[in-house]
Amino acid sequence: MAPTNPGYVSLGERLVLWMDQLWSTVLDSAPYRWSAGAMRRVGLHGRRLVIAVPWLWLLLFFLIPFVIVLKISFAETRWLGTPPYGPLFEWADAQLHIRVNLANYLYLIRDALYVKAFLSSLKVAAISTIFCLLIGYPMAYAIARTDPRWRNVLLLLVILPFWTSFLLRVYAWMGLLGNNGPINQLLMALGLISEPLAMLNTDFAMYIGIVYSYLPFMILPLYSNLEKHDLTLLEAAVDLGCKPFKAFLSITLPLSMPGVIAGSMLVFIPAVGEFVIPRLLGGTDSLMIGRVLWDEFFLNRNWPVASAVAVVLLIVLVIPIMIFQRYQMKETEAEERR
Amino acid sequence: MRNRSFFLLTALVLGFAFLYIPILSMIVYSFNESRLVTVWGGFSVKWYGELFRNRQLLESAWLSFRIAAVTATGAVVIGTLAGFVLARFKQFRTRTMFAGMVTAPLVMPEVITGLSLLLLFVALAPLPFVPDTRGFSTITIAHITLTLSYVTVVVRSRLASMDESIEEAAMDLGARPVAVFMKITLPIIAPAMISGWLLAFTLSLDDLVIASFTAGPSTNTLPMMIFSTVRRGITPQINALATIMVGIVTVFVIVAGILMARQERRRQLDMRLAEAAAAAPRG
Amino acid sequence: MASPMEERKAPWLDPDAAPYIRIEGISKKFGDFVAVADVTLNIYRGEIFCLLGGSGCGKTTLLRMLAGFERPTTGKIFIDGVDMSDVPPYDRPVNMMFQSYALFPHMTVEQNVAFGLKQEGLPKAEIASRVAEMLSIVKLEQFAKRKPHQLSGGQRQRVALARALVKRPKLLLLDEPLAALDKKLREHTQFELVNIQERLGVTFIVVTHDQEEAMTLASRIGVMNQGRIVQVGTPHDIYEFPNTRFVAEFIGNVNMFEGVILEDEPDHVLIESRELGGNIYVGHGVSTAPEAIVWTAVRPEKMVLSRTEPEDKNNRATGIIKEIAYMGDLSIYLVQLDSGKIVRVTQPNIYRHAEDQFTWDERVWVHWHHTANVVVTE
Repeated sequence: MAPTNPGYVSLGERLVLWMDQLWSTVLDSAPYRWSAGAMRRVGLHGRRLVIAVPWLWLLLFFLIPFVIVLKISFAETRWLGTPPYGPLFEWADAQLHIRVNLANYLYLIRDALYVKAFLSSLKVAAISTIFCLLIGYPMAYAIARTDPRWRNVLLLLVILPFWTSFLLRVYAWMGLLGNNGPINQLLMALGLISEPLAMLNTDFAMYIGIVYSYLPFMILPLYSNLEKHDLTLLEAAVDLGCKPFKAFLSITLPLSMPGVIAGSMLVFIPAVGEFVIPRLLGGTDSLMIGRVLWDEFFLNRNWPVASAVAVVLLIVLVIPIMIFQRYQMKETEAEERR
Repeated sequence: MRNRSFFLLTALVLGFAFLYIPILSMIVYSFNESRLVTVWGGFSVKWYGELFRNRQLLESAWLSFRIAAVTATGAVVIGTLAGFVLARFKQFRTRTMFAGMVTAPLVMPEVITGLSLLLLFVALAPLPFVPDTRGFSTITIAHITLTLSYVTVVVRSRLASMDESIEEAAMDLGARPVAVFMKITLPIIAPAMISGWLLAFTLSLDDLVIASFTAGPSTNTLPMMIFSTVRRGITPQINALATIMVGIVTVFVIVAGILMARQERRRQLDMRLAEAAAAAPRG
Repeated sequence: MASPMEERKAPWLDPDAAPYIRIEGISKKFGDFVAVADVTLNIYRGEIFCLLGGSGCGKTTLLRMLAGFERPTTGKIFIDGVDMSDVPPYDRPVNMMFQSYALFPHMTVEQNVAFGLKQEGLPKAEIASRVAEMLSIVKLEQFAKRKPHQLSGGQRQRVALARALVKRPKLLLLDEPLAALDKKLREHTQFELVNIQERLGVTFIVVTHDQEEAMTLASRIGVMNQGRIVQVGTPHDIYEFPNTRFVAEFIGNVNMFEGVILEDEPDHVLIESRELGGNIYVGHGVSTAPEAIVWTAVRPEKMVLSRTEPEDKNNRATGIIKEIAYMGDLSIYLVQLDSGKIVRVTQPNIYRHAEDQFTWDERVWVHWHHTANVVVTE
């Protein structure tokens, strides 16, 4: 019996064939061969080139900028200059002066605002992570245990909000939580409250916003981990007399730890530096370090202090970032071995 | 057991409700005649009309679109190379650092990356070939840097699950490494590259923080315009915009989903037919 | 299935024949782990040479070094006289059939087979004709336009074979070629592979862990253990004349009797074996140190069960039948000797129904002819 449409060549396949022709022509052409040979003679082996392109890009546009931030954090603030900071190295009297100004960091430590903002950001991020876990874990678990036919649909439903604008969804909560918003209207109509609850511009709204926005980031790694579990382990446990919930606690939960960690890091780390949600949903006293950095930069035009804030934030986050990267490495290596 | 499935079902329903109520509310209110959310003034599409007459908003949308397209393409090129390096070159001297640099943007708070890139552009400004005004190019470069990590993750995962001996077989048959990559590897990872492109496109289109840092005074991307608009309060035009975006994405996702499901079904059927034909006694 | 090579004068016995493939002192280390240790082999043109060993013995690493995917730590490989040390896999006259077949999923059968020829830059017409020819040899002509996922496992294997052979390589490497096939298909494919090889005259090197596969396919087998070649020989030689305990126990089943030499003469040897509970007479000399421990290997099919005491006072023992496994074509008897040792004896079921068949717990004599003894010293 012949397969479905044996002679049918789909559009994608036609494209592939065309590209194959293209590559054959290019790779066999004289100019390519000549230049490839020339590069090889100079020592630019293919492998090195391939590594070099992303490496150099990241070096220039990821690593070096951090160095610059560090440098500027030590600079003097010059209010009227463009750019508004003083140089680090200066030649004067034929000698190199290095103006390292720790004043910015001292400023951060002395002013209670910054310390409070850091601590509050960590607190908010941690609590949000926990809530994401509490909501996300059951959802991920439920999707991983449904019929395989429906799993992809459910996953799509989880990812769909992620593809629509983050900004717009935060904005949607502004509408929902407002004094005249539908939630207040509903509560008043049900007679539960007599006056509208001030939900917008509060910490409460901020928490909702963060949990809402980062929930898919918790669900996806958790699902990816839970989906790979060998269900016969649970069957064996139950067969040996273990109650289902206990089996969950002693088998599923520990095995899902890598997913829990990945999801938690994916939520916690960016949440610490979150700016948009505190600005749109939080109150004036919802102190988040992301907002502080933004205001320091755009409102106060104090670039050195903003840089110092960024450096400290980075230092605070270094350990969680390394945990995340260690997890990433282990996961992909386990994946490759499979 | 029944209690457990009930619990899981409730969790799913509540969770999805939580995820979708805000989106649905925006869609509903985009058709509200009245500007206020308190009052339902009747069904109306006038906000859509106003939206399409809002030149500023449309121009910023067009700008964001162009930036996103260039970003996605650049991110796919560099991200695919990075993914290939991580998946196939297991040992080279700076591998750990390279891996760290590639995965860090995934979690780095955007205020940090935005600030650092701006400072870079300012520092580079005195150089001759660098464009003076910050705008399209700076935002694009920043976006590429941000999104290429996502592309890398997707491509790398696809490369890891691919049978490596296919590439070895191609080499064994006489293809040099570049030819192997172009003729064999690329077609196989093409779907991953496409989803990487779409992912980068969406992320770029949606980015506010980094664009704010790296844009010049006269550049306004769509998120920047939305942000300045909503800071002042609810604007039904934004509801209309949101509905349009959700609509486009939904249609796209559904179509893609159906196409992929159909292709997969056909594939499975072919495989089963082949095995059955082979197992059947020869006539 | 002995290859007709054995009927002609075997090239490895001919002092004038030049080896086609020379592997000299090859070793491969991964860090501290030694995968292949000092392997030297000569392989002749038109052979099917099997590298046989368990997992981790280094056979796949050796194969990959032949293909060019691994660089040897020491040693050289010569193919048709050319040193392959600096030759990358795409420039070698070697092709490989991978265990997973490694077919290109986005290309049809035709395009898969044509790929290697396209890399050589041959004209389209020639490519087309050679592809068609090869497809008819592997009997896949009607599947030319199909994609790999539209083929069964056996068909995919034939595509992989065709793809490698169409380039007319000097050497074809096969990595566990029959592992993924079910039993019936495996047998059929074994014979087909040998046929195709004879028809095309390509030199094959096959890597496998399956003895049956090796015995069927090979003109010669190289048994590997822990990175070393332990013995090289025809399937007959390996089976009937193992040179070590390892080889004797690795191939087929064997009964091993540990013993000490009683009489050591140039024309015969008498071994006292407590395991056997008697003496073993061997009809030829054994070179070994005096007082050394030796092992005598006797294959199960060479042993005979009888109810009456055999005449020869050596090469016999008595015991009780503990287990009988009826395999259809033969029966396997596990006999526990009085010395405590359990020996394995197989007897072909010559009669469909015999009244006086051996049963459990019966006391029997086990004996064999002295020519069945193989003495190994390590």
